Amino acid sequence: MTKRNPEYDFKWCPGCGDFGVKRAIELTIAARTTEMDIAFENNVIVAGIGCSGNLVHLTDGPQPFGFHGIHGRTLPVAFGIKSGNPELEVMIVAGDGDFLSIGAEHIGPAAQRNLNVTCVIMDNGVYGLTKGQSSPTTQFGVVTSTTPGGKIEGEVKPFQYYLSLGASFVASAFSSKPREMAQMIRQGMDYRGFSIVHVQSPCTTYNDNYDVLRGNAKKGIDPLTYDIPESHDPTDYREALRIAQDPGIPLGVLYAADNSEPLDERYSSLNSRLRSRDVDEMIASFAIQ
Amino acid sequence: MAATRDFVIRFAGEGGQGMVTASEALAAAAAQVGYHVMTFVTFPSQIMGGPTWSQCRVSVTPALSNGDTLDVLVAFNEEAYEVHKGELRDGGILVYDSAVFEVPDEDRSAMNVVALPYEELGKSTGNPRAANMVILGAVAQFVEWPEQYLEDFNVQRFTRGRPNDAEIVAANSMGLGLGRNAARESGFSLGELAAPDPPDYEQIIIKGNESFGLGALAGGVNFFVGYPISPATSILVFMEQNLRGEGTFVYQASSEIESISTIVGAGFAGKKAMTSTAGPGFSLMSEGLGMAWMMEIPCVIVDVQRGGPATGLPTKSEQSDLYMAMHPAHGDSQLPVIAPGTIEECFYAAMHALNWAERYQGPVIVLSDHMLSERVQNIRKPDPALVEVEARQIYTGTNGYKRYEGDSVSPMPLPGGPGAYVANASEHDDIGDTTHLPERHVLGTERRFGKLKLLEDTPYEARNTDNDVVILPWGGQKGPAHEAYERMMENGVPVGWYYTMFISPLNPKLLDELRSKKLVLVPELNYLGQLSSILRQHGVNAKSLTQYTGLPFKVADLVEKITAEVEAEVGSKVGV
Repeated sequence: MTKRNPEYDFKWCPGCGDFGVKRAIELTIAARTTEMDIAFENNVIVAGIGCSGNLVHLTDGPQPFGFHGIHGRTLPVAFGIKSGNPELEVMIVAGDGDFLSIGAEHIGPAAQRNLNVTCVIMDNGVYGLTKGQSSPTTQFGVVTSTTPGGKIEGEVKPFQYYLSLGASFVASAFSSKPREMAQMIRQGMDYRGFSIVHVQSPCTTYNDNYDVLRGNAKKGIDPLTYDIPESHDPTDYREALRIAQDPGIPLGVLYAADNSEPLDERYSSLNSRLRSRDVDEMIASFAIQ
Repeated sequence: MAATRDFVIRFAGEGGQGMVTASEALAAAAAQVGYHVMTFVTFPSQIMGGPTWSQCRVSVTPALSNGDTLDVLVAFNEEAYEVHKGELRDGGILVYDSAVFEVPDEDRSAMNVVALPYEELGKSTGNPRAANMVILGAVAQFVEWPEQYLEDFNVQRFTRGRPNDAEIVAANSMGLGLGRNAARESGFSLGELAAPDPPDYEQIIIKGNESFGLGALAGGVNFFVGYPISPATSILVFMEQNLRGEGTFVYQASSEIESISTIVGAGFAGKKAMTSTAGPGFSLMSEGLGMAWMMEIPCVIVDVQRGGPATGLPTKSEQSDLYMAMHPAHGDSQLPVIAPGTIEECFYAAMHALNWAERYQGPVIVLSDHMLSERVQNIRKPDPALVEVEARQIYTGTNGYKRYEGDSVSPMPLPGGPGAYVANASEHDDIGDTTHLPERHVLGTERRFGKLKLLEDTPYEARNTDNDVVILPWGGQKGPAHEAYERMMENGVPVGWYYTMFISPLNPKLLDELRSKKLVLVPELNYLGQLSSILRQHGVNAKSLTQYTGLPFKVADLVEKITAEVEAEVGSKVGV
């Protein structure tokens, strides 16, 4: 709850990774609207269901338009909004459950269309809002309330998944590094095409993996995350796939296809070439000769 | 002998043999000279093959149903012959391809049998596709049509600017002649069909789904997303081919779940958004429809009903989605429903649905059905000017707006403009943020239901309403019911008529009138008697006459059943 919405009764837990994501999104939208002379009201945030989707009610400062719909359907909704008004800057915020489980069927079509939206996916490896069930990115063997004997299915590997489905822009961020994350969200939003910024955003209540992600020398834990070397050419798809398959969690832009032509531009160019008839003319075409 | 007023011909065989083409060609030719026509098609859900039949009714007066019994049956194979021979009327004519099968001797006394090797005769013209022309030539001769009707049609239809036009026209003409000769030689006749009585208004000839598509365009649809499904696919195809121009968008979705979510997104962005589907796809849209209701976002969904639950009967006619159309989603909601009863009404239903969506700001359902969707009929040329196109109330003030304040429709902010809010599928406060306060859920629920009042002032048909017993058909069965009603009027059966395509919400004045009747009979194609049970909820003594065969009502059946109900009510025999 904030001053703006006194009846709103949702809170993120202390230490939740989503706080960092919220900050990075606010900074990015503010910077883009100012620097690129984009009207603030052209920003739309489409939120999934889960802890992460509540971001849309929690943003500080000037308010973008929000759409907090049903579980798993952020991409189809964003498809409608962006295709309905291509002038809009459309961002999706969703979690690993919403995006990669119930909503996974929509990633492929959005990637093939090269839908010009940016998805910020907050991955905490667990269903937090329903209190700790296994999610697609929960690791093999992990005990949760729905895997009391340990998870017996493999985990989804998001970067391999996105790349194989044909996403044009894939980046990896960590909620504890909001500045770098903001840069990647900025690149994703500036990119003309389907962009995903996948964020490690730990759940301090049900899957507190901060130590595993950033390492803890005192406990003898090596960090799972590492920075993608600057020498990486993000337009190199094979190299991006190799990085996605390597152990550990790479941070940075894995892939940004060059010559990307987004759906709205393809559509508008096609539509302008087709002949348009008015309704009277169409009705007349059914006349009995 | 007085000239006949109409005739019904059925072409039955295997899908892909040209049955649909034959009946549509006959319809087009007859309409061209001023007859009224209606086709009816039923086929299995497969590309080629499977038992398929197509029917054409040609009438001097407007055709209201596809006809109960057959004057002519054209059987393309033995199986089709066996299945359909029972529907040939006494004195009817059977035409069959004697090169394909033979009619058993014991059957021959019951009907007029014409052996017509139309495939061979067709090929002999030099145009392998002329078999249909042979059949049409024979049919025209049975009703003693002037030769010129079909000859003119042939020239017009097949003069397409191709180098071999003249050869095709000549071959077809030869085919027509071969058919005529065969029919003459048979000596059978249905009697001369009375000369056409062309209407004094302009007409078009069109299918229901196309009529709906035109109406949607006239109503200002500018965003359409759909997924292929029988029998709604042709609406998607129509839109893909005709929705054009700046600010429009049409696309094939990856599923019906995507379709509904996408049009809700587009409605949020300010578009007049629409999708089309049939039962199974509509089921998948449940959650998204609840979302549109909750968020108060305009959109239109047409459900072209088919038969049965689950995959059911994909290419048959039923009216069993009414409950689902009104209450597709979990939780408290009731969606507006418009169910057109004729091809002409399909056009206006689309316009009204788009208007309703903008007026009350929410999802609107159009219930069509298989029989309406694919049949070809000549109708009065629709006039878009008869329905004023309505625009959404859009918010134009400053920021800090309370989008959901108040107990009825309020101006809607659009992204890109002032008044940013969150469209929220959860219960929300007046700026769209989630809340669980009991008083908010009461306010929100009452606001959403209250908006339906904006849709209650709708027209309805009422005739002979001083009778105690009335009929109230709905949707695509309006035609057969209307024909039955007219026949009962001729028979002197004391029964009244009510009809409206605006099914939900029902006009309170109509409900008042219905409540004053002793009995309201609702012919409907479902097992549960869906509309009559809804009427009973409103205190109307309604009773359904149900049928769930996957086929439309036969007029004679309706006349018999309704007459019996009236007799039971008045306690004595009625009519002639």
